[in-house]
Amino acid sequence: MPIKNELTKREIGIRELIEQKQHSRNFKESFEKAIPFFLFLIASVSILTTIGIVYTLLSETIEFFKRVPIADFFTGTTLKPLSQTPEFGVLPLIIGTVTSSLIAMAVAAPIGLMSAIYLSEYASEKVRKTVKPLLEILAGIPTIVYGFFAFTFVTPLLREFIPGLEATNILSPGIVMGVMIIPMIASLSEDAMSSVPNAMREGALALGSTRLEVTKKVVIPAALSGIIASFVLGISRAIGETMIVTIASGSTKNFTFDITQSMQTMTAYIVEVTGGDAPAGSTIYYSLYAVAMTLFVFTLLMNLLARSISRKYREAY
Amino acid sequence: MMERAVERKVSRRMTMRLLINAISKYIFLLATLFGLVVLSVLIYRVFFEGFGWLNFDFLTGKLSTQPERAGIMGAILGTFWLMLVVAPVTMFLGVGTAIYLELYAKKGRLQGFIQTNISNLAGVPSIVYGILGLTVFARALNFGNIVLAGGLTMSLLILPIVIVASQEAIRAVPNPLSEASYGMGATKWQTIKSIILPSALPGILTGAILSLSRAIGETAPLVVIGIPALLIPFPGGIFDKFTVLPMQVYYWTLDSSLTAEYANLAAATIIVLLIALLLLNTTAIVIRNKFQQQH
Repeated sequence: MPIKNELTKREIGIRELIEQKQHSRNFKESFEKAIPFFLFLIASVSILTTIGIVYTLLSETIEFFKRVPIADFFTGTTLKPLSQTPEFGVLPLIIGTVTSSLIAMAVAAPIGLMSAIYLSEYASEKVRKTVKPLLEILAGIPTIVYGFFAFTFVTPLLREFIPGLEATNILSPGIVMGVMIIPMIASLSEDAMSSVPNAMREGALALGSTRLEVTKKVVIPAALSGIIASFVLGISRAIGETMIVTIASGSTKNFTFDITQSMQTMTAYIVEVTGGDAPAGSTIYYSLYAVAMTLFVFTLLMNLLARSISRKYREAY
Repeated sequence: MMERAVERKVSRRMTMRLLINAISKYIFLLATLFGLVVLSVLIYRVFFEGFGWLNFDFLTGKLSTQPERAGIMGAILGTFWLMLVVAPVTMFLGVGTAIYLELYAKKGRLQGFIQTNISNLAGVPSIVYGILGLTVFARALNFGNIVLAGGLTMSLLILPIVIVASQEAIRAVPNPLSEASYGMGATKWQTIKSIILPSALPGILTGAILSLSRAIGETAPLVVIGIPALLIPFPGGIFDKFTVLPMQVYYWTLDSSLTAEYANLAAATIIVLLIALLLLNTTAIVIRNKFQQQH
């Protein structure tokens, strides 16, 4: 019977369709449930990165401290990893790092702050819109380019004025690093100053203050925590900077405060040791991790400090 | 008489205050211009030293011990292959993490923990990433100094930037768009895939391109992984040994204290590097401007 046959055929077709639909819905549901889990796995990569950094640094640093006492490392003023009787005092590197960062901040803090004041308090909207992106180009230039600039231009230029300046010294990379940090301090401080409510400015202006007095006595105090946070971040950036100091400050492990001399920073030491192909398992190899751990802790503390300062400032408004 | 004296005193002080205000305005302006002046000197110096050396043979040549014959094709290809690893890996991890944090994670301790962790990672010096890459990718996984090891290290380095930019882009998608999609009976993933992500794409791309340009200029992690300064054959894939433009600048700058011509080579390489960065940044700005017009 052809008619019945056709009906069953259609019936089977519909049943199949329903089943298929059911099937695809089940699939879709389990797919929807799997997605958050899968995305969580992706998100955990950033946690794994932190764990990876801390674990590698910590385990090798512990190995280093089994060979070199912690006290010797943190109080030793001589660093001679390659000599017959190697000494591993980190102080020369810390002095180099702190000195170069201080020089950088001596350049970046006043100039960055003054730029921020100009952009936030004096400049017209039009000027601000042209100058700010131009300043940001400075921040986007690769540090290796700054290193080249410090080594081939700034150092020879400085030697014209300072006769005793060595071909590699801590002064020139410090200054250039400061230039690199200017836009960061300018932009963060400007943000802090722009978020000071206008009513406060207007009040002071109405009492007869000049722009400068408003800035000095109202805007800067009100934005102080944001400004300080930008300085701390700048220092952290200077401590972690590598290529400028590696190229322009040399590899002499000097324990000195003479800024015309060559000094090595923590980052430059790491570059020197890895570039020198330190055999895995040697004490020099482990010293790499101890220095990197010190660097990591330094910058982490700075970043946490900056965050806690700027959080306070956010509560103020 | 007394009043006169007071008046004169006040007016003199007022003039003084206004004068100081005017002077400091110009000091602040000069400080602002300082950075721009250094920028122009830097660019002028680089072009002055490198422009004469920039020609077809330099762009397509191999590394050589003779400065006159040295070229940077190897470094250009190395940079290209490095980007071929970094771009997809960071896009995948960065956008995935951003979707999870913005759209799936419950606001709570875990989400806060991941978020704090990401902002801490953003402050870790790049050389520390280099040590991570050296220990994990180059040594433990035994990749050595091939493109893949460098690329994965670089990806982790710029991951925080991509995540934060993608989060902002996703957050900027207007709520009614996704609500309409749910109202039509679409599932969460369907809404994300066909409504939220396409709408957030320009923002995500802008962030991704800006972070890529950071990766192109970054040197420290690659130095740590141990990219050789020797003459190497052109890299032909992600499993080959390689060098990149900034590494070439680094070695040539160091060599310039021995042979002055190497400074010219370094400068010429910097020009190529800066042009590449300029192109990338312009692309990012164009995308951002188009995006802003839309909303």
